[in-house]
Amino acid sequence: MTANRTYESVEVGTELPAQTFPVTRAALVQYAGASGDFNPIHWNERFAREVGLPDVIAHGMFTMAEAIRVVTDWVGDPGAVVEYGVRFTKPVVVPDDDKGATVEVSGKVAVKLDDNLVRVDLTAMSEGKKVLGMSRAVVRLA
Amino acid sequence: MALDQSFVGRTYPPTPAYEVGREKIREFAEAVGDTNPAYVDPEAAEALGHPDVIAPPTFVFSITFKAAGQVVRDPQLGLDYSRVVHGDQKFAYTRPVRAGDRLTVTSTIESIKSLAGNDVVDVRGEVHDASGEHVVTAWTKLVARAAEEA
Repeated sequence: MTANRTYESVEVGTELPAQTFPVTRAALVQYAGASGDFNPIHWNERFAREVGLPDVIAHGMFTMAEAIRVVTDWVGDPGAVVEYGVRFTKPVVVPDDDKGATVEVSGKVAVKLDDNLVRVDLTAMSEGKKVLGMSRAVVRLA
Repeated sequence: MALDQSFVGRTYPPTPAYEVGREKIREFAEAVGDTNPAYVDPEAAEALGHPDVIAPPTFVFSITFKAAGQVVRDPQLGLDYSRVVHGDQKFAYTRPVRAGDRLTVTSTIESIKSLAGNDVVDVRGEVHDASGEHVVTAWTKLVARAAEEA
């Protein structure tokens, strides 16, 4: 594994470049196919409302996949991620229009651990709400 | 109805091997819009020290969640699957999943709790390759929401 960030070059508080990810209905259909998660709450508005949701919502795992890109783009080698966990706190509601929703993800180094490991804490927001909680990745730097 | 605590610690038999293909990884990376070359270009992956293209960190969930289906659909456990939502998800990697892997998943029920009428089940999936080496462990918290008062 060859991270392109060195352990020495980061400090607690170092911010990772933030990113904004679009989430459209089309993206959810594509993700359903690629992941095999065909739960209709992610593509069928009628069904979503029947089970008490405001509209179609994104797969939590789709949001989780987007959020870690802030880390993998920063470190270069996705294989440098040794731990990654999230809590799904609020759904990402995706309206049926051309824009869909967006998820804004930021991250910063929270702890420097042994063995060139650092813990990065991520924040993921959609429509002003925190959609992931306890979102943390442990990454091995060079 | 509270779930049977005697299921805590129960381990289910390993799943049949899932063979990870390069094109399946590409399909997944495209679906999440991730253009990291390590997912699609074997030479780029090799330059990073990987023997073949690697999968994005959350790719393995498709495999472990299917395995967890043994647990959530176990009629003896009695979880109401129609009310299940995903609470937490965590992965701990020994190495990234890569093309050519033949992965088996062994699922264990780590805990069963009842919180405010919701059934909360924690399932751990241990993922091993064909040589029996550990690749990744996935922890999935499933919450069966309490049925609404009639």
